[in-house]
Amino acid sequence: METFFGRYRNLVVLTAILFAQIIGLAVQVRRPTHMGETRLIRVWAIAAVTPLEKAAIHAQKWVQGLWTNYAYLRGVRRENRELRAELDRMKIEQTRLGEDARMAQRVQALLAFKEQYVDETVAAQVIGTSGSEQSRVLYIDKGTKDGIKADMAVITPTGIVGKIVQVFPDASQVLPINDQFSGVGATLKESRLQGILKGSQNGATTLQYIMADEKVAPGDEVITSGGDRIFPKGLPVGKVVSVEPGKDLFLNIRVVPAARLDRVEEVLVITKITEKMPDAKDLAPIRASDILADRLPTIPNKPGTDTAGNPKPDANPGTAGGAARPPIAGTTKPAGATATIGRPGGNAGGASASTTSKPAATVPNRKPAPAGNETAPPAAKPASETLPAAATPSQQPPASPAQPPPQP
Amino acid sequence: MSTRTMPFRGSLTSRDQIAVYEFSWPVVLLVPLAAVLIQIFVPVRVRYFPIIDLPFMVTIFFAVARRNPVSGCVTGCIIGLLQDLFAGPNHPLGMYGIPLSVVGYFASSLGVKIDVENPGSRFLITYLFFVLHQGIYYGVAHGLLRQAQVWSWSHVAISALANGIIALFVYAFLDRFKQR
Repeated sequence: METFFGRYRNLVVLTAILFAQIIGLAVQVRRPTHMGETRLIRVWAIAAVTPLEKAAIHAQKWVQGLWTNYAYLRGVRRENRELRAELDRMKIEQTRLGEDARMAQRVQALLAFKEQYVDETVAAQVIGTSGSEQSRVLYIDKGTKDGIKADMAVITPTGIVGKIVQVFPDASQVLPINDQFSGVGATLKESRLQGILKGSQNGATTLQYIMADEKVAPGDEVITSGGDRIFPKGLPVGKVVSVEPGKDLFLNIRVVPAARLDRVEEVLVITKITEKMPDAKDLAPIRASDILADRLPTIPNKPGTDTAGNPKPDANPGTAGGAARPPIAGTTKPAGATATIGRPGGNAGGASASTTSKPAATVPNRKPAPAGNETAPPAAKPASETLPAAATPSQQPPASPAQPPPQP
Repeated sequence: MSTRTMPFRGSLTSRDQIAVYEFSWPVVLLVPLAAVLIQIFVPVRVRYFPIIDLPFMVTIFFAVARRNPVSGCVTGCIIGLLQDLFAGPNHPLGMYGIPLSVVGYFASSLGVKIDVENPGSRFLITYLFFVLHQGIYYGVAHGLLRQAQVWSWSHVAISALANGIIALFVYAFLDRFKQR
């Protein structure tokens, strides 16, 4: 007599295999693994495959490098000339931006804001993917041996890529920002609206939790907000491509990532972030009144006359004692900075964003006063009153009596 | 030389067509492994490659060639679990294992009923089983694990079409390893 198992052997085996896997699924879901812990079988599998992946990628890079570096050099001279010209332009641009940055740092330091600095990064090569549409994880060729840890940010020069989710000795798993399980704290660069950038099953990224009555336009840049404690603040995330009204009073904002996530090959893993005050060494000995005087346009030299009507060699009332300070071309007066100098809790961004030019015509006439005998009006308080941290009395130079303050 | 014939009642194929193929051990081990590795490597360089599912094709090929449901089910289970290993921490082991077990079982069951050697039937089998595979995956992810999943008929249809076409070339290549 044929037994039940013998008769339905195939179905029994299928049922047993499915049952075992469903039980396995249930166990995994009931006891989710922490980010730091990884099932041993995954570690073994990835440890076995990683050398093959590395070898394949390196072989490909070697052949590619051999061809591009030694054989295919067409147009290199022309490209070199173009790059040199670009470099010259960039140097000029860097000089200009450096000035802006120093000014911003001084203002930021005045307002006691901390900045996050990317101190250390590790360059890594993408060596694999999950290979499926349902999961978008990437594998990089750096692991615990290289100092990689879970929850470290992964970026490219063009934008953020994702974060480390699992680390193995020689490889790590990266969860890209377009994966459906990913979430990144993000800010719209112009309007400073904050939301959460989430991925989706089809790889599209959306900025969520922006109220429907806010104004967001395609083309707006999205940067990291730093609120997730993974990505430093201010890194480029992407650009808004479409804005539609969504559910539950929120906008449905589609964002295209700045980094090309579908063909990313080399990445940087941020291994160390420090929070520190911006470097403002040259700020300490400066008084608030000096800063104000720096930013005010000076009155052009006009030869004065003595009682006899002869021109005096040094009779410019507006620059008495401060004549050595040249007028700053195009200098803007940061109204917010001057208004919030005594309030460290002010908004640094607002201070720098709300700069307003003060034309020379609006500068009130200054009374010619005897040199060395000027007195500061009440409007210009000593620095010790307005700059508690940056300019302590001990650091202040003696007040220059020849410093002409602006008078209303 | 290892060919067997299996007398199945109700078969739509001739006795010659239901010959059971066997494979050498290196082929049995290396071909699925190579399929999974290619599936992991190539998307780094080729953008739309994840649409193609090589482990799925290999499962169908072995299942249909061996014409043994148990063997097909076990092969699908192993290949699926292998795929699961590389799919990330939010992808529990078994999410590919379950669909490929079912696909392997039914593909080998179907292999003894119809002619699976000509390109037309191979394309159809691949197309239909791909839809089944995606449906089971969706059921497991959405129904069992409560993951947010989106079912798109158009996407599944296009993916199945692409897999059906590519599978013809893959099967033609793998035919060389058959022992008959």
